Amino acid sequence: MGVNTIPSGWFLENAWLIALIPAIGFAAIIAFGKKLPMKGSEIGLASITASLVISVGAAVQWIQRTNFVDETTEGYVEPVIKTWTWWQSGGVEFGLGQHIDGLAVLLLLLVAFISLLVQIFSLEYLRGDRRYTHFFAALTLFSSGMLVMVLAENMVQIILGWELMGLCSFLLIGHWWEDGANSRAALKAFFTVRVGDVGLLVGTAIVFFGAHQWAVDNLDSHGFSVQAISAWALSGDASSSALLWGSVALFIAAIGKSGQFPLHTWLPDAMAGPTPVSSLLHSSTMVVAGVFLVARLYPLFWEGLSIGPGAINLIAIIGVITLIVAALLAFVQNDIKKVLAYSTVSQLGYMMLGLGTGAWLPAVFHIFTHAFFKCALFLCAGSVSHSGSHHSFDMKKDMGGLARKMPITAGTWIISTLALAGIFPLSGFFSKDEIIANVGYNGYNLFMWLAFLGAFMTAAYMARATYLTFFGTPRGAAAGEHHDEHHGDDAHGDDAHGDDAHGDDAHADAHAEHHGSHGPHESGPLILVPIVVLTFLASIAGFTNAVPFGENFEILKRYVEPRAEVVAIEDTRLTIAGGPGQSVGSLAPQAKYDDACGFAAPPEGTVCLFPAVSHAPFKWSKGFLALGIVGAGLVSSWLFSVALYTRRDRRLVGLTERFAPARWGYQFLWNKYYLDHLYEKVIVRAVAYPIAASAYWFNQKVLDRIVDTAGTSTRQAGEFVYRNIDQTLVDGAVNASGFVASETGHALQPVQSGKVNQYGALLFGAAAVAAIVLVIINV
Amino acid sequence: MLAVNFLILAAVLFSIGVFGVIARRNAVMVLMSVELVLNSVMLNLVAFSQITDSIDGQLFALFVIAIAAAEVGVGLAMVLMVYRNRRSIALDELSEMKG
Amino acid sequence: MTTSITGAMLLAADGINIAMNVGFGIIAAIMVFAALSVVTTRNVVHGALWLVVVLGGVAAQYLLAGAEFVAISQVLVYIGAVMVLFLFGIMLTRAKIGADTDLNNSSWGLGIPVALLMLGVLVWAVIDAFGDTVITDRGPTPTVEISDAFLGPYLLPFLAISFVLLAAAVGAIVIARKD
Repeated sequence: MGVNTIPSGWFLENAWLIALIPAIGFAAIIAFGKKLPMKGSEIGLASITASLVISVGAAVQWIQRTNFVDETTEGYVEPVIKTWTWWQSGGVEFGLGQHIDGLAVLLLLLVAFISLLVQIFSLEYLRGDRRYTHFFAALTLFSSGMLVMVLAENMVQIILGWELMGLCSFLLIGHWWEDGANSRAALKAFFTVRVGDVGLLVGTAIVFFGAHQWAVDNLDSHGFSVQAISAWALSGDASSSALLWGSVALFIAAIGKSGQFPLHTWLPDAMAGPTPVSSLLHSSTMVVAGVFLVARLYPLFWEGLSIGPGAINLIAIIGVITLIVAALLAFVQNDIKKVLAYSTVSQLGYMMLGLGTGAWLPAVFHIFTHAFFKCALFLCAGSVSHSGSHHSFDMKKDMGGLARKMPITAGTWIISTLALAGIFPLSGFFSKDEIIANVGYNGYNLFMWLAFLGAFMTAAYMARATYLTFFGTPRGAAAGEHHDEHHGDDAHGDDAHGDDAHGDDAHADAHAEHHGSHGPHESGPLILVPIVVLTFLASIAGFTNAVPFGENFEILKRYVEPRAEVVAIEDTRLTIAGGPGQSVGSLAPQAKYDDACGFAAPPEGTVCLFPAVSHAPFKWSKGFLALGIVGAGLVSSWLFSVALYTRRDRRLVGLTERFAPARWGYQFLWNKYYLDHLYEKVIVRAVAYPIAASAYWFNQKVLDRIVDTAGTSTRQAGEFVYRNIDQTLVDGAVNASGFVASETGHALQPVQSGKVNQYGALLFGAAAVAAIVLVIINV
Repeated sequence: MLAVNFLILAAVLFSIGVFGVIARRNAVMVLMSVELVLNSVMLNLVAFSQITDSIDGQLFALFVIAIAAAEVGVGLAMVLMVYRNRRSIALDELSEMKG
Repeated sequence: MTTSITGAMLLAADGINIAMNVGFGIIAAIMVFAALSVVTTRNVVHGALWLVVVLGGVAAQYLLAGAEFVAISQVLVYIGAVMVLFLFGIMLTRAKIGADTDLNNSSWGLGIPVALLMLGVLVWAVIDAFGDTVITDRGPTPTVEISDAFLGPYLLPFLAISFVLLAAAVGAIVIARKD
């Protein structure tokens, strides 16, 4: 037993505080936020700052831990796992805990950092909002939800964080719920994600029933533990159908949360929320949750969907469809935030494509870089709307030529755009090209070319958006026009959503006070500082795993990617059954053996915890090809935009009206592939209408028929009585029968009296009679 | 002691409660009658616990106590609401459901 | 002759405690009388007070059945809390404190046959099923067993019922508040 103690440290051992502190912060804001001088935002900022500090400490200690392992055994770097029993039922313990490895550390750092910047941005952006305190409360809980999920040691905790985020996204997207469109968008987001959430529950159940017995027998663990599920999936003992259906169900959850192809429709509508929310939602939380789920349980998907042998699988197909489909949609949007929203969907497609083709590390790397530039882009859009376009997000109506008025916003936007497009040496170049290179390296050639096409489109739609926003002639609000019809678009609580008691004059006053002067101007420091910081990071984040520069720059590969080593079970058991609140720092001695993890079952007495993913060597030829494609996209789109939007080139203007195929294509895209129609008009109706219709049919045909029949037969009986008995018997008998019929009617009428007591009498009487009938039958 | 002692007592209480639910006009009195019904059920549960020699019946009786507390709270809140809106809690005046 | 012998044997059989039977009978008689008073009295406040007697009697019967913890809970929750709620309900709805002539429905007579029918079925079913089951006196149930069960196999229902109570409390406030 070569069990050495490897360095852990306070921050790694107590990383669970990272998620707990914002949760406590949320409660504190709700409880007494309104009484504080900054209306509760200081608690949010303080709690996220504390989380960030602990995350940084954990990251440093994780690096030390990995370094130590590299110096001694070069083996598997054991995650720091702790668990507390939350509740137990039927012998299964449901725990809360932490599972700190490189992936968790990276995302903890990312989420805490981005959340902090977004909160700083919100200080200014949301100033004077009527639900300022609640906004910060929900924002803090949102971050907490994501952190809970990132830390999660078991599936139950993942579900907890997942649902927390779902709830908070609903609250935040519908933040200005007075406007019906906003609350509809919030509902749509919630329900669409719920469709996927069913997959999460079903998948968790399938995996639990598949893995539980194995985990108990081999690891002294249980079927919810992430580590046990990983080991089970790679053990070779797992039933292939449990793996397949479990991974498919969990991937459906990821489709819903991460806005992948059939369920991506909620994401652009989620723009109804305040811009900081979009920024947080799209960069580091919520949508990344689905990708994180796949990355966290990668062994399961690896085996379940045969990623290892290079099969064309569900994840890769959905990923590549999403990336193309969403990029196309970004071309026809006029709302700057919707362009960014579809861009996010498309980039998430890249991540899924990477995960689906065995490029685990590039996908995680892309989460990391994408968070910076996408967050920066959203905050830029917020800055433009806040100070430049009078709370409008319409690029065609209210923007243009803003580069001169808002130089810092424009500069940061352009840098972030280039980072997104993938221009060397900005971060997108490294991460996106690494995905594309690995997709090709693992044998998915068609997908690689489609990914190149996606890169071309990314560059093109971003060039269009940049041109429309910051260049060309100023239009609408950007030209200083004040028009009231844009109040409702994304207006602040202090103007459009202020008290109704204030008249229009009050609105105008609020504006004058708020802006000082009309017309576009640069935003204040609280808005610009987060943007500049993010843009700086978006520029340099690529060097954390810059494959072209050799091993020394592959920091993430060294510290984040789990080692695909065989681990002896005794040591794993020590870790997993570490006891309440304790972790055991033990080092797994690896049994040297030939086959790689994920391709063959590990030998007796050992487990694999991560498959041996391959890494494509960098080729400058491909790098230049990518740069050429991106450059071509940028330049061609720029020239096209100049010709269409400024010079009003006759050949292009109105092309969609004149040229039928172009019109059809435009209509098709403008209506978002008619998916919303499909969902709302076809699917919802197909489900809801037949139920309503059949209920109606039952009501009309069956119930009415019975009533009618009863009525008719009564009448016929009456006629019969009249014809036969009345005519033959004496009048007295007739009168008597008439009296009886009338009295019966009167006696039965009170049955529908509406009086509770009589309904009670009927209920109990009927129950007694039914009981007697049962007794008689059974005796 | 014979088990039927408890069970018959419970049956009597139950029937009296049912009579109260049917006969009473005042909503608070109806709720009291419902309490009689619930108590008879709990008496049954405790008796079954003795008959089967397990504590499950007692546990369920405790659950019923909790549920009954919740029921009375919500029920009386509803009665108050009705009273506030109509200045009366006579159930036979609440006949909007009349067919 | 034979019936009296079997009756004596039955009484003398293991687990038949005459003192307990007598106690049970007295309490049961009081309870039935009180319960009848609850559903027939003309005074709402008296009705509530008679209900206290019934609930107290139920608690006493629990003691006889060896369910001490349930008996204490019954006293605490029912007589301590639920009855106070009832009295508040009576007070807030300004019921007549004296006798009230129209406490019953016009169709209250319907209740008698239904209740008798119910009673008949129940008594018949009970005697048929448990006619000769004898409860052996095992003494009080240890409270430890109950707490172990609640924090062990019944933990989840226990948590669920806590949420039900919480939701009911919130719901009651929401329904009853004035705005």
